[in-house]
Amino acid sequence: MAGLLIALPLAAALVAFLVPSPTWRARLLPATAVLHLALLLLVLRHWQTLPAGAWLGLDALGGWTLLVISTLFAICAFYAPSYLALRPDRDHRIFTTCLLAFLGLASLLAEARHPGLVWVAMETTTLTTAPLIYFNHNRRSLEATWKYLVIGSVGIALALLGTLFVAYAAHMGGVEEPLQFPRLMQEAGLLSKPWLRAGFVLTLVGYGTKMGLAPLHTWKPDAYGETPGIVGALLAGGVTSCAFLALLRITAVVAAAGEGAFARQILVGFGLLSMAWALVFMVGQTDFKRLLAYSSVENMGVLALGIGLGGAATRFALYHMAANALVKTALFLSAGNIHRSYASKQLPHVTGALRRTPVSAALFLLGFLAITGLPPFAPFISEFNIAATALTAGHVWIGALFLLLLAGIFLGMSDTVLQVVFGTPSPQRVRTPYRDTFATTAPLIVALGLALGLGLWLPRPAGEMLRNAAATVEGAVPPPPAVRLAEVRP
Amino acid sequence: MSPDLLIALVMLTNFTLVATSRINKAIQVAVAQGVLLGLMPIAMGLGRHLHILAMAVAAVAVKGWLIPFLLRRAMREVQIQREVDPFIGYTASLLLCAVGTGLSLILAHSLPLNPGAAPPFLVPAALATLFTGFLLLVSRRKALTQVVGYLVLENGIYLFGLLLVEDMPALVETGILLDLFVGVFVMGIVIHHIRAAFDSTDIRHLAELKD
Repeated sequence: MAGLLIALPLAAALVAFLVPSPTWRARLLPATAVLHLALLLLVLRHWQTLPAGAWLGLDALGGWTLLVISTLFAICAFYAPSYLALRPDRDHRIFTTCLLAFLGLASLLAEARHPGLVWVAMETTTLTTAPLIYFNHNRRSLEATWKYLVIGSVGIALALLGTLFVAYAAHMGGVEEPLQFPRLMQEAGLLSKPWLRAGFVLTLVGYGTKMGLAPLHTWKPDAYGETPGIVGALLAGGVTSCAFLALLRITAVVAAAGEGAFARQILVGFGLLSMAWALVFMVGQTDFKRLLAYSSVENMGVLALGIGLGGAATRFALYHMAANALVKTALFLSAGNIHRSYASKQLPHVTGALRRTPVSAALFLLGFLAITGLPPFAPFISEFNIAATALTAGHVWIGALFLLLLAGIFLGMSDTVLQVVFGTPSPQRVRTPYRDTFATTAPLIVALGLALGLGLWLPRPAGEMLRNAAATVEGAVPPPPAVRLAEVRP
Repeated sequence: MSPDLLIALVMLTNFTLVATSRINKAIQVAVAQGVLLGLMPIAMGLGRHLHILAMAVAAVAVKGWLIPFLLRRAMREVQIQREVDPFIGYTASLLLCAVGTGLSLILAHSLPLNPGAAPPFLVPAALATLFTGFLLLVSRRKALTQVVGYLVLENGIYLFGLLLVEDMPALVETGILLDLFVGVFVMGIVIHHIRAAFDSTDIRHLAELKD
């Protein structure tokens, strides 16, 4: 069943490549997404009983991440047919195929239990998402694609070296292959410390490049700025979550080996640096899609900081991954709608969107408020709790700096967002036929609705999964599976 | 052939790469380096393991035949001018490469190794090759030379991976090799589009997007 989660989207990708009718091909997206999400919910009922020696399977951490990605993908998939119908000039055979393949590879990454397999899945997602960035087939998107490919590939190459370092740390400690994560974590005490530390730093730089942690984020504003909103949503919520998961897997091994303090220091540094860097580039940013890219850099910083603080903040960092993915989806899709309506994403041309595309503009504004921490949306819960953990655990300066940066980011973003939404319509604006329709706005409402719902109420099974996932990240060794298997037998 | 000799040759190719002014020569040297590395497991006396032998053959086939085929096709299609066109001059590149090699020796010294298991210069050579790849990536203007840089970077990682070759599951190794191939393939396609859009593959044209 777990294998089906990978095979289904990949098979759908093949079908999408072969189907000649654009309409039917586009409809394949929501159909696959719904099936995948339903299948995932079925599989997730058994996450506790995963055998330690399995090559593929969903534990709490992988399951939670895949749940986030699958939900986000479903929202984007329902938006896709109406978006693609607006672009009849562009052939979307490769686009749809790559979208579906991405879902399959993300499932592979979430289920992979071996560091090498995680790396292979991550690299392949880079390659499948590159054609998505080039969807508009113009010079600017070409530049963005090239940067994404080269910077992403170099980053991921460093992650491979880091993975090999970790494997060598195990080799020196006498731990035999195959190095499944539960085994690596159980025998983490034997690992050679210098190799493990060097391996962690390299994987952090490598997967951090894919996440877009500053100063490794340079591809991000270009890629997010030049792609359709739907790809921006998928990159900002999906690919980054994949890379974050890959990083967490190694972090968990490092923590289990008793080197958690070393890893956490570096993560806190990267987290705060990303937030500060994003803030600097947000101020006076006239391109609202690039603004969202910097907001993504900031939120990756929040994730790294949360993991770096440890304790309750770890759980809320994982929670923030879901919060960020949902709100970013709404933001990127509404930004895409506004972009389509004005045929521009630059500030002097796009003002007063509330009059032309009232629903998208309202959602854009609401999304902005949600991502910057308006209660009771989910990002507020995670950001508040991360700050609270920092302040109560004695990291007063980190907590204060975190709050200060959040306030600065709110102010930095608000200037541009308010002009886009409320400003007086510019005389240079272009007329386009695009108007908000049900199909291009309903998925956004669902995304923001889910972010609101998540902020108000976390279902108990999800809460338990989060707690278990956070324990894994903190280096808690998974219990021997035989006992757990015996428990569930009737 | 002894592994030490192969490692010395690999380090020599690093210096040749940064000093080369012609793109097709750079491709040839990078390919030769890949093939030398493909022969390493056999030189290390690991040829008796069937799966290692199979992986070595696959690595030589991909790096010595498939990837050069792709790169040559990309070159022919886009009719690239022959010069590498560096941001950093050849002498400076050579000096940087020498500094990088020295640093690799120092860095490798601080990492403990399983005694007697591997040639002593394997880790420094891997790090030096990695550094050379980086240098080529950041200091050359043509998109194709950046691909060569990426290949050299991967060669460095492959060399390090030889430390683990007896342990590594074949599944993972195959995946890594496949990803390298597909990566170069996709980059080749993008280069083709760059040429079509800009009438050149000079990445200086790709500087429109900035803050």
